[in-house]
Amino acid sequence: MSSENPGNTERQRNPAPVRKIVPLAVARGPHEYIPGNQEAPVQLTSMVDMLKWAQNWARSRSVWPLGYGLACCAIEMMAAAQAHYDLARFGSEVFRSSPRQADLMIVAGTVCVKMGPRLRLLWEQMPEPKWVLSMGQCANSGGEFYDSYYTVQGVDTIVPVDIYVPGCPPRPEQLIEGILKLREKILKQGLKLRDEEGNEW
Amino acid sequence: MSVNQQPDANPLGETSAEGYKSQEMFLNMGPQHPSTHGVLRLVLTLEGETIVDCTPVIGYLHRGMEKILENRTIMQGIRYTDNSDYLSPMLCEIAYAGTVEQVMGLEPPRRAQYMRLLVGEMQRIASHLVFVGTYLVDLGAFTPILWTFRDREGCLALFEALAGSRFTVNYLRVGGVLHDFPRNWLKECEAWLDRLEKNMADLETLITGNEIFEARTQGVGYIDSGQAIAYGLTGPMLRASGVNFDVRADRPYMAYREVPINVQVRQEGDCYARYKVRMQEIYESIRLCRLAIDRMPPGPICARVPIALRPKRGETYFAIENSRGEFGFYYISDGGEYPWRAKMRAPSFCNLSILPDLLRGHKMSDAVAIIGSTDIVLGCVDR
Repeated sequence: MSSENPGNTERQRNPAPVRKIVPLAVARGPHEYIPGNQEAPVQLTSMVDMLKWAQNWARSRSVWPLGYGLACCAIEMMAAAQAHYDLARFGSEVFRSSPRQADLMIVAGTVCVKMGPRLRLLWEQMPEPKWVLSMGQCANSGGEFYDSYYTVQGVDTIVPVDIYVPGCPPRPEQLIEGILKLREKILKQGLKLRDEEGNEW
Repeated sequence: MSVNQQPDANPLGETSAEGYKSQEMFLNMGPQHPSTHGVLRLVLTLEGETIVDCTPVIGYLHRGMEKILENRTIMQGIRYTDNSDYLSPMLCEIAYAGTVEQVMGLEPPRRAQYMRLLVGEMQRIASHLVFVGTYLVDLGAFTPILWTFRDREGCLALFEALAGSRFTVNYLRVGGVLHDFPRNWLKECEAWLDRLEKNMADLETLITGNEIFEARTQGVGYIDSGQAIAYGLTGPMLRASGVNFDVRADRPYMAYREVPINVQVRQEGDCYARYKVRMQEIYESIRLCRLAIDRMPPGPICARVPIALRPKRGETYFAIENSRGEFGFYYISDGGEYPWRAKMRAPSFCNLSILPDLLRGHKMSDAVAIIGSTDIVLGCVDR
């Protein structure tokens, strides 16, 4: 809680062990799981592969979110963007207000029936490449308002979602972890992201 | 046509006195907007830059909370009130728990009352810090939001140590509170209050006396006291118009009966006055927190109530002073576990009703300053 730590002598005597990176599927616990660094090094065999990797590397390192905070999770999103849990160091330098200038739509908060068509409209206004991060349990699946007459049970009924961040509200560090996983997902993508029906390549 | 002819009657609109052809434009300050503090939609009728009329459209965050509360037991329902005013969840929980206690005729123990006072005032500080930060970011200043959110992190870390979650704490129960303070929590709280006072002094040097801020907020959005009472405003919006009404002082509840409050009132009624009232309330809350820490009585933290709580038949209204105004519940109990009706009197909903009247005649950029100064939270408006 208080940041004044009198001494790091404990750390100096027993340094934390270096974590070896394993893919998520075989990780045996949080000590072997580093978000954003799951995949084994890529094998770039052809020119196309190298171009693909370079393009996606650049895209993943500068994902600009659309400031689409709806409810309580918006406050945690704002807190993640402020100085304590800085989101800008991961490339999300600015939260764009206009969907035409944004890459990532972070749906933070409960989506109501009245808001649903607006959400879809905003998503359609975003230019490719675009990704959606569903933040909080209300956006993931309706959450605690599961029996409400006016909430959409999960934003993935309206837009295709790439990353789900659970929590109510998720801590800023959880949101940052979601963005790091998104980075990795972007790195794995091909040159084209979605075809006309919305299926991923 | 020659230059000496009169211009044709403008098919689009009237011709103003200077000869300019103008047309009223409908501008949608939509539900997705960085400055509307949530999903508020304002349909503005603009004549050039001047706002002629404004229609707020709400309901973009209506989750049916009051209906949901009818299908949850009281202990489950306390969690839902967190989501209504999501910037001050502790205070909303105090309202719901206090209402049920009033229906049952139950008085929480003194330690619980002082603990509620302490966390309530801490929550008020956190909420007003968000107000200051977001208000200034709407007006264009970026540094204050970084500073206020840093101070708020201290408060949220304390809440996490106490209740398990930064906000959406599920901390209040009917009859008291859930957990006692962890070891050294009170000392950490005092350390946070000391740091906060120092940081507030820094913040004041940045904002108060800033010419741009004063030019944008002084004289803008004037509400006179009769109008404020007529619209049912409460909270800092009312106190900035000269009306001395604070639920903690006029209808004291729980520990506020023993701890007197200095109600912060200003007479100017403009955006600057509302900002100053909230800043002064932060200082007042710091004083109350220190008082509560000094006077914390020993004893039990919760009265013994059954888990399957069945309040007896009856109805009651109980209100507390939220950071936005009077937050109350009108609770009708039919003797069962579930409430028959739990109506939330949400302060932001009533504070929003003055917005059309207030925005008329102002320019577009003043609209942002005025909406920010009302400090509405859409979770509270739409529930």
